[in-house]
Amino acid sequence: MSLLKYESELREPLVDGNKTYHQVTEDIISPIEAKPTRAWWIGFSISVALLCFGVYSVYRETAYGIGQWNITRTVGWGWDITNFVWWIGIGHAGTLISAILLLFRQGWRTGVNRAAEAMTIFAVICAGQFPIFHMGRVWMGFFVFPYPNTRGPLWPNFNSALLWDVFAVSTYFTISLLFWYTGLLPDLATVRDRAKTKFRKMFYGLASFGWTGSTKHWQRQESLALVLAGLATPLVLSVHTIVSFDFATSVIPGWHTTIFPPYFVAGAIFSGFAMVQSLLIITRKILHLEDYITIGHIEAMNKVIVLTGSIVGCAYLTELFVAWYSGNPYEWWAFRENRVNIFSPYGWAYYGMMFCNVVSPQLFWSRRLRRNVMFTFFMSIIINVGMWFERFVIIVTSIFRDFLPSSWSIYYSPSIWEIGFYLGTFGLFFTLYFLFAKFFPVIAVAEIKHVLKTSGESYKEEMGKMERMDTMTFVSEEVGESHH
Amino acid sequence: MIKSFVVGTFEDEKVLFPAVKHVRKAGLKLHDVYTPYPVHGLDKAMGLRETSLHTAGFIYGLMGTMIAIGGMGWIFAVDWPLNFGGKPHFPLPAYIPITFELTVLLSGVGMVLTYCYLNQMMPGVKKHHFSPRATDDAFIMVIELTGKSNEEEIKKFLADNGAIEINTQVAEKGWWFGRYDREQTLYRSDEVLA
Repeated sequence: MSLLKYESELREPLVDGNKTYHQVTEDIISPIEAKPTRAWWIGFSISVALLCFGVYSVYRETAYGIGQWNITRTVGWGWDITNFVWWIGIGHAGTLISAILLLFRQGWRTGVNRAAEAMTIFAVICAGQFPIFHMGRVWMGFFVFPYPNTRGPLWPNFNSALLWDVFAVSTYFTISLLFWYTGLLPDLATVRDRAKTKFRKMFYGLASFGWTGSTKHWQRQESLALVLAGLATPLVLSVHTIVSFDFATSVIPGWHTTIFPPYFVAGAIFSGFAMVQSLLIITRKILHLEDYITIGHIEAMNKVIVLTGSIVGCAYLTELFVAWYSGNPYEWWAFRENRVNIFSPYGWAYYGMMFCNVVSPQLFWSRRLRRNVMFTFFMSIIINVGMWFERFVIIVTSIFRDFLPSSWSIYYSPSIWEIGFYLGTFGLFFTLYFLFAKFFPVIAVAEIKHVLKTSGESYKEEMGKMERMDTMTFVSEEVGESHH
Repeated sequence: MIKSFVVGTFEDEKVLFPAVKHVRKAGLKLHDVYTPYPVHGLDKAMGLRETSLHTAGFIYGLMGTMIAIGGMGWIFAVDWPLNFGGKPHFPLPAYIPITFELTVLLSGVGMVLTYCYLNQMMPGVKKHHFSPRATDDAFIMVIELTGKSNEEEIKKFLADNGAIEINTQVAEKGWWFGRYDREQTLYRSDEVLA
């Protein structure tokens, strides 16, 4: 057994620099063992402050009722559901990276999957808050689950897309959490075995479940990861499909369309990757992980962004064309007057969405821009703003004017508590992310070690030498006696 | 169960694989090899059989499918038949999303619990770690000392096969409840030798 796996010299290395296994451990684990930096404290404090404002906003809504929000008779789903769909969309990239790219054997996922999965889990937690508090009487939220009860028993309606959503989002959260945490166990054990302080020994000792690194355990770990990836792949596609059913199964012009599931899934991956870019560009800089999250990783994700962005753009135009071609006057009117007409009340949102999601990602066809870190960071923000506009357009422009002009709503703009709730989820998201970046290995240490000897920069040079070697020399030097 | 083990540390996969082969050929009792990352092919080299965790996952998934279809069917066709705009009481297409989700949920949760059970892992479990480098940068081969085996011979054997560090440890084979920040002496070497 001389060569473990062969990878072409031409392929860009996944790990830069001259690393050994121990160096990988050092690079990724040592930020956990160091005192938090000033930047960390500042970021963390801002996040907690936002979170507190969010908690107060939610308290207002819970204590005084849904009237604290400016939603109207027709705009029942305002900012709240817009934000729900936005966050859940962001929560699609992590599982896509860890599951679908695992099945496609994309080596570059190893550098980014851990942080992306964590981001997914935190985004789903944030998303979940919105429908829960939209219920109004949130203390009765558990009524959505089908359990034998004394009210009949009264069961939820299994034909309802909203109930499908309950199952989809809670399953997605559970599976993502399990996938993430089982992958974390070996790395937490690495932190435990290096730990010097009493607290760290205890905390990581509990958190790593007594992981030893036994070969049998690794074998089961890999089998588990593969099957969970197989399960999570259709799951990640199903979740946003089911979210799109919340709209598509209704008869509202602008919502009642069969293109929604693929369109929503592509949009979710698009916004999710943008959020991964925003977070990882900051993380790699602050934690000095440029050797592990390389320009190559950033470029690979930008390629996914340009692909999904183009799918989304195609879907926007198809939707518009079909609204006209269907010959349905209500459908066409909803598009013509409430969206495309720039002078309509929400025309700005439609054109904002078109610009951010369709026009701007096309710049990533340029290799130079795809490999530009600052530009990527800027674009990742633009894309997430654009994706927020998309959900706002879908929800508000479809419902602010009802079928009869007598039932048209006044202009809907959010109250301070609606905005506060949204800001609060940013606080929650970043509080969790800061804690994660401080206390957990942000890069999958074991997985990096796994690809190090095939895709590390210094090892690839050796591979290159072998590649140019004469066949007989190669056999005698590299394969050697062990192959007899 | 308290036992004695000879522990060899290897730093290179290229050296580890032939060593595993030789240990098995020599008929020594290979307790385990601890590695910092999943070394592909090592399980086969050690003669471990393929795990059947995925079969368990399939069975749990099937349970999820049946619970979902059966549960929704029983609720809406038997327990409380409601009329939703004249639609059928057992609308299979409308049940597909929840059926799928429950299949995935039960399969995933079941597999993770089975995984933890098979590996004997949970918070509060403490195991004997033969070397802290097993989770960092070295491959730790552990050979169990049986009544017939000669400790010195095994040590020499490991050294010949490229182990860079060799020692003998007395350890409990299973696991116990404990915390990693506390030293717990559950065993003494003289008890074992006696």
